[in-house]
Amino acid sequence: MKARQDDKMKVYVPRDAAAKALGADAVAAAFEAAGAEVIRNGSRGMTWLEPLVEVTRDGTRIGYGAATPADVPAILDGSAETLGPVEEIPFYARQNRLTFQRCGVIDPVSLADYEAHGGLAGLRRAVAMSDAEIVAEVTASGLRGRGGAGFPTGIKWETVRNADGLQKYIVCNADEGDSGTFADRMIMEGDPFCLIEGMAIAGLAVGATKGYIYLRSEYPDAIEVMEAAIRIARENNILGAVLHSEHAFDIEVRVGAGAYVCGEETSLLNSLEGKRGVVRAKPPLPALEGFLGRPTVVNNVISLATIPVIFEKGAEHYASFGLGRSKGTMPIQIAGNVKHGGLFETAFGLPLGELVNDVAGGTASGRPVKAVQVGGPLGAYFAPEKFDTPFAYEPFDGAGGLIGHAGVVIFDDTADMLGMARFAMEFCAVESCGKCTPCRIGAVRGVETIDRIGQGDVSAIPLLVDLCETMKDGSLCALGGFTPYPVMSALEQFPEEFAGAREAAE
Amino acid sequence: MTATAAPSETAEIQAILDKNITLEGPLLPILHDVQATFGCVPDAARAPIAEALNITQAELHGVISFYHDFRREPAGQHVLKICRAEACQAMGANALSDKVLSMLGLDWHGTSADGRITVEPVYCLGLCACGPAAMVNGQVRGRVTAETLVSEVSA
Repeated sequence: MKARQDDKMKVYVPRDAAAKALGADAVAAAFEAAGAEVIRNGSRGMTWLEPLVEVTRDGTRIGYGAATPADVPAILDGSAETLGPVEEIPFYARQNRLTFQRCGVIDPVSLADYEAHGGLAGLRRAVAMSDAEIVAEVTASGLRGRGGAGFPTGIKWETVRNADGLQKYIVCNADEGDSGTFADRMIMEGDPFCLIEGMAIAGLAVGATKGYIYLRSEYPDAIEVMEAAIRIARENNILGAVLHSEHAFDIEVRVGAGAYVCGEETSLLNSLEGKRGVVRAKPPLPALEGFLGRPTVVNNVISLATIPVIFEKGAEHYASFGLGRSKGTMPIQIAGNVKHGGLFETAFGLPLGELVNDVAGGTASGRPVKAVQVGGPLGAYFAPEKFDTPFAYEPFDGAGGLIGHAGVVIFDDTADMLGMARFAMEFCAVESCGKCTPCRIGAVRGVETIDRIGQGDVSAIPLLVDLCETMKDGSLCALGGFTPYPVMSALEQFPEEFAGAREAAE
Repeated sequence: MTATAAPSETAEIQAILDKNITLEGPLLPILHDVQATFGCVPDAARAPIAEALNITQAELHGVISFYHDFRREPAGQHVLKICRAEACQAMGANALSDKVLSMLGLDWHGTSADGRITVEPVYCLGLCACGPAAMVNGQVRGRVTAETLVSEVSA
């Protein structure tokens, strides 16, 4: 059946950066030219299908992807090949979407759409609670810092709540620099009110009236959407006098300037103050002496964006997901050489191999998986022998790695592991803030030592191991302290690649 | 650093300072605005910024030079940023950037002699499931090839 000409058809074309990078703007323009009403939603997180166009038919969102402008007429008249109902695509259907429940579903800058899908229910509940009750709810949810450190969010908030100070701050760490991670970007582009609501609840909990989102300059699309959402939130009393209550809270976006280390919380605070992004020694904790020396909550985007659903559905509901002390869900980002890459939010505990092989379908190249790096440039490589490790904080720690911000980067069997180890050291050298010697000098020596090994000098291997020990134990922050993870995990699991030159000579 | 600004520049710098000076931690917003206006942080902007914030020019230089984003000279007409991070490497980013650099006859951070093209490395654009990724004049690009990138910046 053909739609009547005067009956404008609603079409969803994502405005997410990954969709744009794959041509979504041209597709959206073609729909507009054809007279359709285009809604620029966030991404559903199925990157291999982007641009994933959706059309509502009989109340169900039907997907078409990856769409090109040439597909537009056939999509509009219903003759194009379809992916079926988007929420029944197996990759999407088997997720536990809590933090990302609205991402890709709603118009990111429509407050009405946000509210119609459960938005603001959490803030309404929180505004009627005492500060101590709010913190207790977060503690009961078991939420831990999603930026990588996994520190219990409730305990951090309680410290700030009890700290003395006329002015306290909520600082959102949106300096998502880890390769293989894009969850922060996706939620800021796809459901920005969720982050605003989470920060407002944090403000109520600790008595902070001002929030900053430190957003990396590499994310111009996220900056644009966040700025627009903050303006709308101010106009509608979500910010300002929070829901017309006596509580004041406002948010400002601050743009980073291309320094990876500013994702480290103390370095971020220095940068926010207008200084070099150099790491500070702890103590004092930022909770007590943070931004401008005042009590400050520094939380990752995903930690804060998870707060609304905890208050909407209750701490118990959230804590009912997960494994052991890793409660709730984690938006896992599957990237690199991957067939079905994207964002997969699931309860903690899924074995790594199931994620890589079943959910993501292995490599894009069709070649065997050689290793996956979990947790960004500072995360360990996992060879398939370790694929039974459940995706959760403690099991990964026990397996000699970390989940970090939950990026999983897949490599096929052509990967050069010595080269990847060298890159880890090179990256650390480029991005080191320079404050501590193990990181500043160690990373440079690390590159040189790996080059020696690469030239066949295996006597340099013990030197590299020793250097990694020093960096791990002696660095001030995770940049120098965790760079040994990718290096040592590559060395331990692929020793033949570090002895290749000698073997070839023999 | 004795560079002085032309009168019109002085007015623009002053306007940027006036707009941002009451912020908490105003320096990065000031530097971003200056760079958006002039294409770089010109030496002539340093004295007025340092004076307005009551910091030394050495401190200011420390901040400007710490961050990869801030330039002392304007970039080329087209700025091409190619991701060098792990997820893109898994999709052949090293071979891609080698090819782009050789096609353009440039090295990282280089600008072509005619001032048209600047190539820079970037460590992650958050496009890790559609690599190799790049950014052309602020616009994101996924699953790129050397040929499409070079033709886009050469157009």
